[in-house]
Amino acid sequence: MSQQQNQLSSMTPVPSDEPTASPQDTGKRGKWRDGEIYQSFRRRPATIGAAILLLFLIATAFLSPLFVPQNPYDAAQLDLLNAEIPPIWQADGQWPFILGTDTQGRDVLSAILYGSRVSIVIGVAAVLLSLIVGITFGLLAGYYGGIIDTLLMRLGDVLLSIPTILVAILVSSLARQALPASLRDVGAAGVLVLAIVLSSWVQYARTVRAQASVEREKEYVLAARVLHVPNRRIMLGHILPNTLTPIFVAATLNFGMAILTEATLSFLGIGMPPGQPSLGTLIRLGNDYLFSGSWWIVVFPVMQLSFLVVTVNMIGDWLRDALNPKLR
Amino acid sequence: MLVFILKRLVNAIFVMLAVAFLAFAIFQVAGDPVEMLANEQMSQADRDALRDRMGLNDPMPVQFLRFVGNAAQGDFGMSYRNNQDVIGLIAERFPATMELVLVATLISLVVGIPLGILTAIGRGRWYAEGLQFLSIIGVSLPSFVVGIMLILVFSVILGWSPSFGRGEVIDFGWWSTGLLTPSGREALVLPAISLSLYQITLIMRLVRAEMLEVLRTDFIKFARARGIPRRRIWFRHALRNCLMPVVTMTAMNVGVLIAFALITETVFQWPGMGMLFIQAVTFLDFPVMAAYLVIISFIFVVLNTAVDISYAIIDPRLRSAR
Amino acid sequence: MKPIQAGLLATAAMMTAMSVQAETLRWGAARDIYSLDPYSYGDSYTIAFMNHVYEALVRYDENLEIEGALATEWETVSPSVWRFHLREGVTFQDGAEFTADDVIASLTRVSDPASPLKGNLPAYKSATKVDDHTVDIELTGPYPLLLNDLTNILIFDADWLKDNDAEKPSDAAAGVENYATNNANGTGPFIVESRTPDAKTVLVRNEDWWDEPQHNIDRIEFTPITSAPTRVAALLSGEINFTEEAPVQDLERLAAAPGVTLQETPSLRTIMFGFNRKPELEDGRENPFNDLHVRQAFDIAIDRDLLAKRVFRGKSRPSGSMVAPEIPGYAEALDAYPAADPEKARALLAEAGHEGLEFSLVCTNDAYVNDEELCRAVVSMLSRAGFKPTLDSAPQALQTPKRAGGKSDVYIIGWATLPMMDAYSVLQQIIHTKGEAWGVFNWGEWSYPEIDKLIEQASTEMDRDKRLAIETEALQMAKDELVMLPLYQQPMAWAMSEKVESVVQNPDNKARHWLTRLAE
Repeated sequence: MSQQQNQLSSMTPVPSDEPTASPQDTGKRGKWRDGEIYQSFRRRPATIGAAILLLFLIATAFLSPLFVPQNPYDAAQLDLLNAEIPPIWQADGQWPFILGTDTQGRDVLSAILYGSRVSIVIGVAAVLLSLIVGITFGLLAGYYGGIIDTLLMRLGDVLLSIPTILVAILVSSLARQALPASLRDVGAAGVLVLAIVLSSWVQYARTVRAQASVEREKEYVLAARVLHVPNRRIMLGHILPNTLTPIFVAATLNFGMAILTEATLSFLGIGMPPGQPSLGTLIRLGNDYLFSGSWWIVVFPVMQLSFLVVTVNMIGDWLRDALNPKLR
Repeated sequence: MLVFILKRLVNAIFVMLAVAFLAFAIFQVAGDPVEMLANEQMSQADRDALRDRMGLNDPMPVQFLRFVGNAAQGDFGMSYRNNQDVIGLIAERFPATMELVLVATLISLVVGIPLGILTAIGRGRWYAEGLQFLSIIGVSLPSFVVGIMLILVFSVILGWSPSFGRGEVIDFGWWSTGLLTPSGREALVLPAISLSLYQITLIMRLVRAEMLEVLRTDFIKFARARGIPRRRIWFRHALRNCLMPVVTMTAMNVGVLIAFALITETVFQWPGMGMLFIQAVTFLDFPVMAAYLVIISFIFVVLNTAVDISYAIIDPRLRSAR
Repeated sequence: MKPIQAGLLATAAMMTAMSVQAETLRWGAARDIYSLDPYSYGDSYTIAFMNHVYEALVRYDENLEIEGALATEWETVSPSVWRFHLREGVTFQDGAEFTADDVIASLTRVSDPASPLKGNLPAYKSATKVDDHTVDIELTGPYPLLLNDLTNILIFDADWLKDNDAEKPSDAAAGVENYATNNANGTGPFIVESRTPDAKTVLVRNEDWWDEPQHNIDRIEFTPITSAPTRVAALLSGEINFTEEAPVQDLERLAAAPGVTLQETPSLRTIMFGFNRKPELEDGRENPFNDLHVRQAFDIAIDRDLLAKRVFRGKSRPSGSMVAPEIPGYAEALDAYPAADPEKARALLAEAGHEGLEFSLVCTNDAYVNDEELCRAVVSMLSRAGFKPTLDSAPQALQTPKRAGGKSDVYIIGWATLPMMDAYSVLQQIIHTKGEAWGVFNWGEWSYPEIDKLIEQASTEMDRDKRLAIETEALQMAKDELVMLPLYQQPMAWAMSEKVESVVQNPDNKARHWLTRLAE
């Protein structure tokens, strides 16, 4: 929902601690070099902790095929005989199922690591794609103005008048419906990415557009134009770099947001299928066993998801403060 | 001034038309409604007759205009799932969602504003930093996880609250309220807390940022230099300055909360519009999906336009901004 | 997780104190009824619920024997014409008198071409009024099971239907709401007081019911709670005091909870897989499921005992029979099933030249007990035996169009032979070649003329023993051919709080609260 917050601040003149593109941002990239950011990072032990934990979560998720006892996506490796084994430290725990197994005999540790991988990949893909779409549209709209600007920004208005979660749910359920059954599982991740991108590119586009329309009037751009420097080079070489800082912060926060959206859709049953579970799917499936005594089926995925999003947001939050001159 | 208001209204109408088009497109993506409606024994001739009766053989623009015309009159057709008038179904659920959202908004203001002040004036102190940290957790925990945990602790282990539904409701005309019965109020507590959690952190952060900004301005520094007590500066001057954005955001976020309530409603089995929508999504009940989309966007657009216009009235400088 | 604590009891006590003097049954269900119109979807759950409001000519008593309800006596006038003498002095809830016209209007409505319930009255031809309290029903021929069918045909008031323009069954395509969708007017023990779909349906006692009430309920509050853990929590906290869908995985906990009673009995519902049997699969491949070896490999790949033990915690009844033992027509020989042997299955599949066979398994996730869990487990069993299944799991309403007409490769189906309670039901509706009133649920479109002949023979055989022998033979032939793949009879568990003194539970899993007693 933090996307909504961003939307709000960009739609109306509400002041907030959200970074917005302003001319003072120019040249801020230099701060990375003179170590100001690094210093700010060092002063915040909680952020250091979060960064280490996040790195650990990402590394274990991506290296998991090397060490987990089971490929949880391979139905042939699941055995009902192993169903509902409690975690290893409990009386009936069994090696190698460290965190126990679910009702299908799926190793919980393997499932949450593979699940995190799915969540992270979907999150990264969604953010990257939104960035590409948003920056492109924003540059085009801001640099050229006129009809392109009007069209793109009106499209943005429309998308922003539908709450993000609603866009995501509609896109996800309709796209799944449109896919043939055989592609539904394979395409599920792509559909989720699409659903998230559709509602999150607008905010990047607006930020970039605002900056681009300011820069467009500046002398160096006018000069470059006179010298017949290609438009593409002006846009990418001169205007884009000046918008990067706020976009970078927004992207970090949106990464956490994308993971949450994905988890929510999967929890509602319109995300990743049970055969290739993401963390949200695991929570949905485990929720039915909340009171049955097999708590580990749902508690560990919940913990993993929470850790993942909390660490991402902590880093995003720190970045926002560190890069915002007003708050220092 | 008038021009500005007109412009905003035209813009709002344009946005609604576009949303209506998206809602209309749902049916096109969804495939043939005749296939969804026809039962197995229906013959091909009957199917063709039905298609004709539903106007599916008309050109697309005609169908779209008809959809918009019907929607403007509140006619969204019949639910595929339970053969009921869609608008009636939604109207029935509207009070449940609104009560939940309004109570959640109230909670978020009552809790969020003091917390925001506390973190602003105590900046750097352990409790303020601790609260800031908690607020990150607040935005990070998925709403459905919060709901499940609340049910687990307060309904199952402690047995303090009901775990589903709205309790007893009393009808006033078409509006039904749970606020007037003890069981209705009890049932409202957990869902409202769950829904407000995110909003609390949002308001808290907004208040904090605003307060910090105001406290840094010259006029506050000047007031301080004149020896006005800090307490008075905080609450009389600084707080007053940041209430406007808080009110604005709260008003506009009502729309977001209505949409977001669908998760809370699903977890707590709260019989509101959101639960209706999720049911419609799982059953591919397209008329309900389309109607919900249009109605939510309508609320959203109305709130945004109202806020924009009232801002322009309060602060004329903003008129030229757009 | 902690055991249920005293706090729960306190809440339960408080809730009881809060409720008014009237004896209220709070009924928590796993799903909502689709409509107040029993003819709207052909959904047995909706019909069973609406049976509290509407009644049929005949009904099952607490021992599942047929007894008169709105009809008092009946006889056959000729082999294909039955005469029903209607109960006099019965009134509908709006005060109208119950007469022969009502029966005719109802039969016309239910046999309308658009009626989804048409298949439930397969032999029906026409009905004529003899006098105000006598009706003749003409059938297509001699037919032994009319009474069983009629238990499910609930009777509307003719004038009420007419006045409210509801003479046709509900039809979403009609574009207008059918009056009967949101309103009800029956002769039954309870009256609908209010209904909010998906939230609450309230029934109150019908003081003018013609029968001597055995129940002491003043009010029934029916609340769908789809989420299993929430339903359990609601029962433990006293928010509901009865559910007929206690989740299998929570039975142990419920049994241990103070004040909760469980009533379990094997259900009649058999869960089976059906195969697409058209010459080609939906994607154009030649259909491998027409090869008996492939179906046999499928059969022995599935470990029914393990499914019973893990997915159903020992509560299901693994079975090789399409009908439960209680159903007339069942024989022990039908019940045998092969031991699971993934290696042999793989060999068989390879022999048939279909190793690595890809197909989709169309499964429901809201229709049967733990259906999604079941399908996931089966998918992994099949994968280990050399099949390559993909699971397509969604609500029943979405899967049925996919299951019908050979659009899916393999699909799940549950059959309880209700309301007929006779093996003939499964033979006529599923096994027989598709056509007119036959094979409505023959979704794979197979055809076995020899079995058909036996079924048709049974349909007119009026001698019960002979008829059942024919049915058993037909079932055995279908079993040998593996037309369907029966897996188990699903478990059923009702849970109730102390508030409920007694309920009548039958293996058809229908709540009959006109027989329920609440603690005073």
